[in-house]
Amino acid sequence: MKPFGYLRAASVEEAVRAGAAQPGAKFLGGGTNLVDLMKLGVEEPPLLVDVSGLPLDRIEELPDGGLRIGATVRNSELAAAVAVRERYPVLSQALLSGASGQLRNTATTGGNLVQRTRCTYFQDISKPCNKRAPGTGCPARDGAHRDLAVLGHSAHCVATQPSDLAVALAALDATAHLHGPDGEREVPVTEFHRLPGEHPEQDTVLRPGELITAVRLPPDRPGAHSRYRKARDRASFAFALVSVGAVLEVRGGAVRYAALAFGGLAHRPWRARAAEEVLRGAPATADTFARAADAELAAARPLRENGFKITLARNLAIDALTDLAART
Amino acid sequence: MESSPQPAAAARTTAATAERSDMVLHVNGVPYPLTLDHRTTVLDALREHLDLTGAKKGCDHGQCGACTVLVDGRRANSCLLLAVAQNGRRITTVEGLAEGDRLHPLQEAFLDRDAFQCGYCTPGQLCSAVGLLAEAADGFPSSVTPDTAAPGAPVPLTADEIRERMSGNLCRCGAYPRIVDAVGDVRDGGIRTGQDVAS
Ligand SMILES: Cc1cc2nc3c(=O)[nH]c(=O)nc-3n(C[C@H](O)[C@H](O)[C@H](O)COP(=O)(O)OP(=O)(O)OC[C@H]3O[C@@H](n4cnc5c(N)ncnc54)[C@H](O)[C@@H]3O)c2cc1C
Ligand code: SF4
Ligand code: FES
Ligand code: FES
Repeated sequence: MKPFGYLRAASVEEAVRAGAAQPGAKFLGGGTNLVDLMKLGVEEPPLLVDVSGLPLDRIEELPDGGLRIGATVRNSELAAAVAVRERYPVLSQALLSGASGQLRNTATTGGNLVQRTRCTYFQDISKPCNKRAPGTGCPARDGAHRDLAVLGHSAHCVATQPSDLAVALAALDATAHLHGPDGEREVPVTEFHRLPGEHPEQDTVLRPGELITAVRLPPDRPGAHSRYRKARDRASFAFALVSVGAVLEVRGGAVRYAALAFGGLAHRPWRARAAEEVLRGAPATADTFARAADAELAAARPLRENGFKITLARNLAIDALTDLAART
Repeated sequence: MESSPQPAAAARTTAATAERSDMVLHVNGVPYPLTLDHRTTVLDALREHLDLTGAKKGCDHGQCGACTVLVDGRRANSCLLLAVAQNGRRITTVEGLAEGDRLHPLQEAFLDRDAFQCGYCTPGQLCSAVGLLAEAADGFPSSVTPDTAAPGAPVPLTADEIRERMSGNLCRCGAYPRIVDAVGDVRDGGIRTGQDVAS
């Protein structure tokens, strides 16, 4: 690991200023991804700006009935919050399906969203990788890509975003609050992560020095139910092969509202707008759910070894929606 | 950085450009003033600088749980915690679980159940189990907690709950069934119930 400076930020303003002043500086949340990648030599920040002590550790009720989640709220605290378990179960379930008790106690909301891909070439500095070293190539495209993308990938990168939290937030229409050197802005979580295109080195739309300060959830829909389903290689403590976050409201046997997002399929949580189109107003039956999944997954372009993800995604979506429909 | 910093900001700027910092880690109730390279993890600080070798280095990447300690009462992987970022925090390691000669009930239960073979994972298993009991009492759910459970209420620790909540601790010797039994004993008040929940 290269030596680095360390600054415990006393305010959001100081964090942003310090983060922007030094090229390559990184914010430190819980460190469960960043410190890992620094040990591997993948990240070599000259300066860590520790934001974990900032007063962004609260979950607050909003006047409109939504929830504001501070960026340094720990994953375990967020998953346990009564408001989240009662009104946004998909969010609690997504968090609890990820990592381990120890890691969730340390990991922050902001850090979880910005965590980097688990692509094995990306994590191995002896290998080429366009995301880590732009222009060196993408060995995953023809190599070990079983766990990687089937949707939205490019010739330059086929990596997936590994965050379970991000999938739930995408399904919930959450918004990320960003504070940067040029002021504050809000970005829908569905647009926070980029598709790789020609610039896989840019995971997100974050600009240099820009800090996530909070995530805002819109009010929950009375009458809707939500859940998270995750398929993985072992029953616990493993990243998703495919996951799905779903919100469904059924009235009189027909779908009144549906929001669906997939994890493990793309470089960002994949909000399934085509599937939602099919669902809206249709009878809440397994047949509808299958047609909806197929409509979304028609765009999939599997690589040599990951075509199974399409079947898995289809089945998970049908399963989650069927379960939610049965509750109304 | 500011061009004409205030005194407090100036002190922080020095730390930001330096590669080492002064810090105090409170370990098992004892304050240790230390000057450490920023790269030092809590695990390395414990093992290399404080001669507390209970916490083990298995993977050094958050994947095995052998390094588990408690930070302000909550379990964490000390291999991923930078010591400088834990300045002022209270850390409990396996060495701090016993009270004098009296072992922690979990240590007793592990002995009673023979919940290990080589013992390498055991300090992490013990700290993780201490953390788990507190989390369940504080109403932290897990991915196997039923939807019907009342949010915020203490979570009853079934064998499934214990298994899921201990999944961040690997055991290469495969002592899992007895680890689950030992944690179950302490859940039941530290008394071996005679009922083997897992094995
Ligand atoms: C063994 C293992 C298993 C795991 N399994 C899963 C899993 O199954 N599912 C899952 O979703 N995750 C999993 N994770 C990943 C884990 O969830 C992330 O490491 C964690 O959420 C990152 O949060 P952090 O606060 O520790 O981030 P850090 O490591 O501190 O930071 C990560 C990145 O975010 C940036 N950052 C931090 N805070 C902010 C902010 N406020 N604004 C802008 N940028 C910020 C940092 O600069 C860094 O680039 C696993 C991790 C490990 C080690
Ligand atoms: S998929 Fe992306 S992260 Fe993986 S090797 Fe290719 S460029 Fe790198
Ligand atoms: S040594 Fe820390 S988790 Fe393995
Ligand atoms: S007892 Fe040997 S690794 Fe667990």
